[in-house]
Amino acid sequence: MTEKIQFELNGKKVEMPLEKGQALLWALRTNFNLTGTKYGCGEGYCGACTVIMDGEAVRSCGIAMEDVAGKKIMTIEGLAQSGKLHPVQQAFVDHDAMQCGFCTPGMVMNAYGLLLKNPHLTREQIIEGMEDNLCRCGAHKRIIEAIESVAQTSAV
Amino acid sequence: MEKNKYYRDELPENNPVFELDRRDFVKLLGGGLFIYFQLGSILTGLAAESEQRKSLPTDFNSFLHIGEDGKVTAMVGKIEMGQGIITSFPQMIADELDVPLESIKMVMGDTELCPYDAGTWGSMSTRVLGPTLLAAVAEARSVLLSLGAEYLQSSSEYLVIENGVIAVRNNKSKNVGYGQLTKGQRIEKFMDVKPKTKDFSEYKLRGKSFRRADAIAKVTGEAMYSGDFRMPGMMYAKILRPPSHGATLVSADTSEAEKMDGIQVVRDKDLVAMLHLDPEKAEAALAKVKGEYKFDEMKVDDKSVFKHMLEFPSEARVVKSSGDVETGKKNAEMVIESEYHNSYVAHSPMEPHTALAYPEGDKMIVRASTQSPFGTQDGVARELGIGNEKVRVIAPFLGGGFGGKGSFLQAIEAARLAKLTSKPIMVQWTRKEEFFNDNFRPAAVIKITSGVNKSGKMTMWDYHEYFAGARGSDTVYDVADSKTTSHSARDVHPFGTGAWRAPGNNTNTFARESQVDMMAAKVGADPMDFRLKNLKDERMLGVLKAVGDLFGYEPAKLPSGRGIGIACGFDAGSYVAHIAEVKVDQKTGKVKVVRVACAQDMGYCINPEGSLIQMEGCITMGMGYALTEEVLFTGGDIHTANYGTYQIPQFSWIPKIETRILEKNEAPQGGGEPGIICMGAVIANAIFDATGARLYQLPMTPERVLEAIKK
Repeated sequence: MTEKIQFELNGKKVEMPLEKGQALLWALRTNFNLTGTKYGCGEGYCGACTVIMDGEAVRSCGIAMEDVAGKKIMTIEGLAQSGKLHPVQQAFVDHDAMQCGFCTPGMVMNAYGLLLKNPHLTREQIIEGMEDNLCRCGAHKRIIEAIESVAQTSAV
Repeated sequence: MEKNKYYRDELPENNPVFELDRRDFVKLLGGGLFIYFQLGSILTGLAAESEQRKSLPTDFNSFLHIGEDGKVTAMVGKIEMGQGIITSFPQMIADELDVPLESIKMVMGDTELCPYDAGTWGSMSTRVLGPTLLAAVAEARSVLLSLGAEYLQSSSEYLVIENGVIAVRNNKSKNVGYGQLTKGQRIEKFMDVKPKTKDFSEYKLRGKSFRRADAIAKVTGEAMYSGDFRMPGMMYAKILRPPSHGATLVSADTSEAEKMDGIQVVRDKDLVAMLHLDPEKAEAALAKVKGEYKFDEMKVDDKSVFKHMLEFPSEARVVKSSGDVETGKKNAEMVIESEYHNSYVAHSPMEPHTALAYPEGDKMIVRASTQSPFGTQDGVARELGIGNEKVRVIAPFLGGGFGGKGSFLQAIEAARLAKLTSKPIMVQWTRKEEFFNDNFRPAAVIKITSGVNKSGKMTMWDYHEYFAGARGSDTVYDVADSKTTSHSARDVHPFGTGAWRAPGNNTNTFARESQVDMMAAKVGADPMDFRLKNLKDERMLGVLKAVGDLFGYEPAKLPSGRGIGIACGFDAGSYVAHIAEVKVDQKTGKVKVVRVACAQDMGYCINPEGSLIQMEGCITMGMGYALTEEVLFTGGDIHTANYGTYQIPQFSWIPKIETRILEKNEAPQGGGEPGIICMGAVIANAIFDATGARLYQLPMTPERVLEAIKK
């Protein structure tokens, strides 16, 4: 008998066979076809794979599926509600806070995670909290401004 | 061009079409007006570009289709990697055609549907493809206008076009839409004369800022990159890599891997791959493979490489020469001789090289993260021994390229494996593979001998570039006795090198602008004033003055202690000047860039906001090669494997960034690269101004800064 695990994914209860050691990143991308969560480095340096687990931004490349049982996972696909962009997503759009867009889902989810903990982030807190999410195109300035605009209106 | 002068509007979301096959596509397009592109006729720019690489199109592909519903489909072989042509091309097309922006649909990077294009690089989309694309659009407009005249029983000079509707100027109730004119017919036009395109004064959509057309797709995770496509039965491939460049596989023991469930081992000549439905299982299998290698590596490392390069037999080519540098050197009142180095730098796009390949009938379909869909098509066809027409390459969104995705080894690997197994194969390089297989920006040496007189006039300039590439090597200054020599050789590097955002120019501008600063210091001149005095080019003078205004620059002799540096340069048809302010920790040697201002003259700017984003990106990315980025290696063994050993700019680095684009009614020029070329020099010059220490090597790591301060 294959062991199964259950968890909540973007608000829905899901079940899947447990493969010990399988990274959440690859479960999302291959088992659930949620490809918004990206592979960038596989070792937790870049943050392209950031998702929310029980209210906390985590690197899905470093989370084993056995540790996901019973948890609540939210990916970039689960952020917009009923066709309406989340304020963080809207702020990224309004500030043109992306270029190639590959790091963007991870940036948005990490920013969302920071704002969940503290809706009134200062610029310094944003920089500190976003520090380990890498962007090669150099959209940092606009990403900071986008998150600042949400923190100022406490729209989360 | 002041940003606030222009309204910012939201461009309707535009996702390139990635999913259609040719039959569906033609059926979908149905009737309407097709404007075809014909190579070698009027398309001089494009022809010149294509001559650099072989491969001519075997058939005609249309650039533009105007449908019966009035929708406009534009097909370009370029790809979108963040540079923003997905936003600016529709602006250009809609403006030239007099249709609403939202009626434009882009089809990009598909060898089956788009006309031939050599590749997306060199900041050439707007300045080289642009005029050709606009000629096609103007042709379409003139065809439609004459159809309209016939329909309205009028003459075209009495007609006006607004929002895709042709109307009689004096009686606008007499009108007909583009869609209606093409209804029920299929009109095909091959461009053979170059129709007149609009003048700057007629632009309505060009010159205004529009938000990124792909923004919503990118913030929701819906934007599709090569690794995001899925096929039934698709296998992930993990490929055995040698431990170093120069290592050749002698034998591979795959017996342990073969015991794993669901693993398919493929061995074909040099290619050893583990296939599995689960990417991590494929990776685990690969870890069990034992490879034996023989080694033939160069005896060189990241420290000895500069000596190695100077001793390597190379071919010298004079890029430009005027007067006589030997006489100039003898007559110069003061001479400065310097040697500059820069290390190997990685492209490191956030998306590693990725490709999905699958056979479909007798064709091979490849979705690849490539800057050159047609180059990839050539490469795959050659590798598989089939005709180009049997290979279709589609490049969806790219997660960055910066020149690194001009190489397409991953697509070849995926296609080989798909052919061998008749299955859909996904090849997605790990970060380590991405660093290992990258064609790095070459390490290089620049030697400059320059002369200046006491009044601050540059009198001689003898410039030697070794392996950097000649782009940007020519002095931009007005010097009577001047010579630029480029030295190149094959196989000088222990691994692959290639074009890295503004290839050659980062290294050349670092050396030139450092040298100019040293001359300014030597004669006790303000570095801005020194440059203005020694330049004749009005456009270069223009950006220098503009950046001075933007920054609020106050003249001072070097080193002033303020930590302010200046640099200027020319790239991809555009002029740039930067001023940076830094703080240097004299104890640790750590440099913090506090402020960067940049002025750019890029001719007419299509989407100012989009161009400002590129300038900001250039400034940010450029801080990396200036301060930290350096590939460490011994022989062919690349020590850099992930971001733990390769530091790219992060949020805490971001200085205050100020940008300005000069308003010019001149042909549009490149915008993706120019803003990065000054970053080495402007920071080096700011460090000198702060400390009096001159840095001769990029990157300017804390150790090198400390060493320079101690001297």
